[in-house]
Amino acid sequence: MDIQTDIAAMLDSERKKKMRVINHPILGTDERKKKINIYVDDKPISAIEGDTILTALLAQGIRINRITKKRKEPRGLFCGIGRCTDCVMIVNGIPSVRTCVTFVEEGMRVETQEGVGHWKKKI
Amino acid sequence: MEKENIIKADITIIGAGPAGLAAAIEAAKLKAKVVLIDENASPGGQLFKQIHKFFGSKEHYAKIRGINIGRELCNEAKAQGVHLMLNTVAFAIYEGKVVAGITPTGLVQIESKGIILALGANENTLSFRGWTKPGVISAGAAQTVVNLYRVLPGKCFLMVGSGNVGLIISYQLLQAGATVVAIVEALPKIGGYGVHAAKISRAGVPILTSHTILEAKGEKEVNSAIICKVDEQFNPIPGNEKELKVDVICLAVGLTPQTDLVRMAGCSFEYLNELGGFVPLHNKNMETTIKGIYVAGDTAGVEEASTAIDEGRIAGIAAASSIGLIDEISSKEKISQIWSRLNSLRIGPFGQSRQEAKKILIKARGKLCP
Amino acid sequence: MSLEKYGYPDLEEIKKSPGYPSDQRLAEGSCIVIECIQEIPCNPCETACKFGAIKVGQPITNLPVLDEKLCTGCGNCIADCPGLAIFLVNKTYASGKALLAFPYEYYPLPEKGEVVQAVNRAGKIVGKGKVIKIFNPQKNDRTPVVYLEIPLELADEVRSIKYSN
Repeated sequence: MDIQTDIAAMLDSERKKKMRVINHPILGTDERKKKINIYVDDKPISAIEGDTILTALLAQGIRINRITKKRKEPRGLFCGIGRCTDCVMIVNGIPSVRTCVTFVEEGMRVETQEGVGHWKKKI
Repeated sequence: MEKENIIKADITIIGAGPAGLAAAIEAAKLKAKVVLIDENASPGGQLFKQIHKFFGSKEHYAKIRGINIGRELCNEAKAQGVHLMLNTVAFAIYEGKVVAGITPTGLVQIESKGIILALGANENTLSFRGWTKPGVISAGAAQTVVNLYRVLPGKCFLMVGSGNVGLIISYQLLQAGATVVAIVEALPKIGGYGVHAAKISRAGVPILTSHTILEAKGEKEVNSAIICKVDEQFNPIPGNEKELKVDVICLAVGLTPQTDLVRMAGCSFEYLNELGGFVPLHNKNMETTIKGIYVAGDTAGVEEASTAIDEGRIAGIAAASSIGLIDEISSKEKISQIWSRLNSLRIGPFGQSRQEAKKILIKARGKLCP
Repeated sequence: MSLEKYGYPDLEEIKKSPGYPSDQRLAEGSCIVIECIQEIPCNPCETACKFGAIKVGQPITNLPVLDEKLCTGCGNCIADCPGLAIFLVNKTYASGKALLAFPYEYYPLPEKGEVVQAVNRAGKIVGKGKVIKIFNPQKNDRTPVVYLEIPLELADEVRSIKYSN
């Protein structure tokens, strides 16, 4: 890797890191340490225990959770409390999982949902 | 695979926010078997997102931060032996006051003598061109991801709406290190408390009254917003458009009582703008037009956490009284004391209209259930 | 009214309220100023002052009344106001300099001795100030109070700082 790529990668990770609120005047310092590895569209993403899938992605600057069926438009966070279903993704093979109320778990496989998604998991 | 569970409770409370917790505490103190249900993984409702100090009087937890009030209420509910069912969605109320819910392990039916519905409120939306793009979120969503999960959903924010929700959340975004580029308010004056506005004005955030949002722009996600000055009829005045570089647009355009289960239970409603829309009729005991079904908090009219807590306490005591756990005289006295506290919150330019609306509700209920 | 239209009160509006001391009292020395001019149900300031200099009474929507003779300028009430509307102004701090104490609930906090940008109620930078001390005891419940030395002529204007990491 050349130095340009290194700097770009570092700046990119700095930008991404800055989405987490590490120091807060009222909430104090975020002391959570336990790293959780999840996969988003087959890419490994490092999350922290206590993240929801949505916020683990937001921490990386990822704001698109799904694509609409008819016009193929991106959708993401809207209500944040599990009511509007705009943030749903396919999680471990199950479609339409509300990422804003689902906590990350080690090894979770998350996919950007297209339309109503498809079942990959036998139930 | 799905297991069905039948529980008997004296009082079932749906919603473990400030109203539900307060109701549970009061009923449990009077030795009721209380089941408190919430669809979330933790109790507290919106309280754990309120990192600011509350107003009111000492009895209203003034100068205590919402997060600390939440903790206190949760601890007290636990200490009083309230049976808390989390991750449980109450999806129906059937004849005979049976509450049906889905838990992580299956269905549950709770046969109740009294039911208190403390479901809170839903945020309103505003549609404009581009409002479906990622980056357009409700103000509550911003508060949730920032204060509960400690992540920013973007860097530069536009807040639409200058009521207390818009003002307070703008301040909290600043505290989290975000930039709030502006607040737009369609009315010619700011909706929330002046002191909240003053705090963010000192931080350099302009509050633009008589302005609205026209469009959210950006190829895939929000990367700018078009705002515009409006006239007295709220029509955009051509030539007054302005583009703001923002990646998040927060909508703080009011709340509406959450009342699905209240409707299902057959309660009667009245439309009252000052309380957020259709509100269930209730009496001074917070009892609806259906005997044994009570409401408290934003479900009974959008106000604040302090009024929610007091209404919850009233409902808890009244419900316990109706099943004989406390005599009527003592119950009346306790409830009357809480009403004095409530009344002291519903006065002044911000509270008066809510007081009038509540009077209409209580009167209407009185007419239907003499 | 400036507060309702723009979100910040102008000095004229504030001076009319019973929580603001007279010019004479301010000229005599350290005194608090309460910039709370709307009737909202709120009264923690009343119990915040151990000298009894702040009164709200009943109903609790009353505007707080400052008894400027009783105010010693200790500033203990600043952190107790949920609206962050109380400040301390000392116009006799030093020659040509005033001392302002204000609540500041942001991260990071400035450091003692730092020179920072001083802003007025509208958030506009109007000059510079030097941080004299930060008062952040446990009892403030995470509302630090910053003591800022500013030019005397800005004592009625400056109410916060513009500061970032």
